[in-house]
Amino acid sequence: MHDVNAGRAAETFVPLTASAVLVNPVGLHARPSVKLTQCAKGFSAKIEFALALDGPWTDAKSPVKVMRVKAPQGATLHFRVTGPDGEAALAAVLALVHDGFGEA
Amino acid sequence: MSEIHLTGRPASPGLAIGPIIVLTAAVENRTAIGDPAQEAIALQAAIEAAIAEIAKMIATVQGEVADILEFQVAMLEDEALAEGAYDAISAGVAADHAWRSALDAEISGYRTGEDEYFRARAADLADIRDRVLACLNGGGAAAEITGGSIVTGDDISPTTFLGADWTRGGGIALAAGSPSSHVAMLARSRGAPMVVGLGSLSWSGHPPSMALVDGDTGTVIFDPEPETLRLFEHRMAAANAARAAAAAGRAEPAYTADRRPIAVLLNIAAPEDLAGLDPAICDGIGLVRTEFLFEASRGLPDEDTQYEVYRRILDWAEGRPVTIRTLDAGGDKPIKGLTVEDESNPFLGLRGIRLSLARPEIFRVQLRALCRAAVHGALKVMLPMVAVPSELGRAAAMLGEEFTALKAKGIACACPPLGIMVEVPAAALCAEDFDTAFYSIGSNDLTQYTMAAARDIGAVADLNDAGNPAVLALISRTCEAGRRRGVEVSLCGDAAADTRLTTALLAAGLTTLSVSPIAVARLKAAIAKVGS
Repeated sequence: MHDVNAGRAAETFVPLTASAVLVNPVGLHARPSVKLTQCAKGFSAKIEFALALDGPWTDAKSPVKVMRVKAPQGATLHFRVTGPDGEAALAAVLALVHDGFGEA
Repeated sequence: MSEIHLTGRPASPGLAIGPIIVLTAAVENRTAIGDPAQEAIALQAAIEAAIAEIAKMIATVQGEVADILEFQVAMLEDEALAEGAYDAISAGVAADHAWRSALDAEISGYRTGEDEYFRARAADLADIRDRVLACLNGGGAAAEITGGSIVTGDDISPTTFLGADWTRGGGIALAAGSPSSHVAMLARSRGAPMVVGLGSLSWSGHPPSMALVDGDTGTVIFDPEPETLRLFEHRMAAANAARAAAAAGRAEPAYTADRRPIAVLLNIAAPEDLAGLDPAICDGIGLVRTEFLFEASRGLPDEDTQYEVYRRILDWAEGRPVTIRTLDAGGDKPIKGLTVEDESNPFLGLRGIRLSLARPEIFRVQLRALCRAAVHGALKVMLPMVAVPSELGRAAAMLGEEFTALKAKGIACACPPLGIMVEVPAAALCAEDFDTAFYSIGSNDLTQYTMAAARDIGAVADLNDAGNPAVLALISRTCEAGRRRGVEVSLCGDAAADTRLTTALLAAGLTTLSVSPIAVARLKAAIAKVGS
């Protein structure tokens, strides 16, 4: 199940980073967590986020781990993305956060 | 037996009367098979069975309810959830024990959260835990809840709630629970009155047979006296009549109590927001945000893609006016490859119309698509973040050029009226100087620029108040300019949906408000009370 190329690929790609503020009213809760992980899973890049630049980093493809972060509204999410489609992945997750996960 | 009054927290409004059903945690013990490998297989099978059960439920529901169940499926499908359980099983613990401990640990992490919303997710985790345990035990679903009953207990799981029939009335009275729980959201969407946090419901072996649930005040009366029951039934009848009137009013035009007509428009972010909506509930669309076109796809959308989307919205509106805002990127809405990165203060930087004028090759594509769409309905085009009249002038010149060029090529097109969004205080103060076809007040940005306070910075969020006299004065000034110039003024920010501000906004001179579809019925009801 583990992609043997993933580790090698990760080595050859420079991690991309960017941050965004959570604007949706109740933070990174159930529905946004699902949306974020679904979006992240659409890319082969390794996508992680943290509430601080020095981590701890959380796998954005795991809803269980994303929920454990309990990120509230107003929190800054720092993303770290590594992989061949890293740029598109980063743009996609940032768009999702900026858009408030489609919640008013 | 005398009646018992208990007070908790209201979680879903409304009144309900019914016989009591007491929920009990009924998870039996199971005999472990013993072998860790077999136990792991049993747990995996139970998790898969639970996912299949929930997936079956998803097929029968929509919207918010489906989201809640999809969250449960996403959690169950994530290997991280059962990791601890599998570790314990390989150390010799029975599958049910291992699963329960792992989930209880996860749940306690949620219960210690600072945010009530996250604490409330504990109920979803408990629901997941119990469903998998039931599958491990090979047991069927929990006890059937008869429609019209008052369900009491410590807490109720979303799937238990969904297993009951709420169309025949009934309500929920819980010892624990939370107004932020998924069950509370479900109860509100199904119209089932619910009170939580009643404290210990110990009946010492004699549970009451009947209860009155008041989801408006958060009180529950068990085994009411005949007189209490009669008064409650009287209130229920009056409330039902009022609710029926409000629901019927959604499709009716809005009038204040002194019979002034108020136009209620919709704010939408994409054509999908209109799915299932009857255009009769509104007087048109006051704001179509076009950023989604630029965010969803990679690369910038071409003219035909934009045209098709704009046309779909105009078709839906059936001739009602539709105001489409040109790209409002920058500030809090960066778009890769378009907005400027690393501006020291993006809210005061190259955003909205400023960016469009700086990137005419992109702006002109949007203007062409809008001119072509304009033949399909009453289209109006709105420019965001305008600060000075020359910005409107330059945009109007470009719109005119694109229209003329399309026409010269024999392409069906029309030149839509061009208006400005009033969200920079400078535009509000000098509103009369703009040769605009209409004004639309963007109260979110107008408030943050006037008060110099962002709403997503908690420490200053209280200053970000659209009801502040300074903000209302700018709104009033814009309305005055509109009156003198004989053009429409509307407001399309969040302030329009805040019914505490409705009286103040109408007093400032507004006669057109634009809100998200979900706020229409509530806004119309609030308008009907103004001036009474």
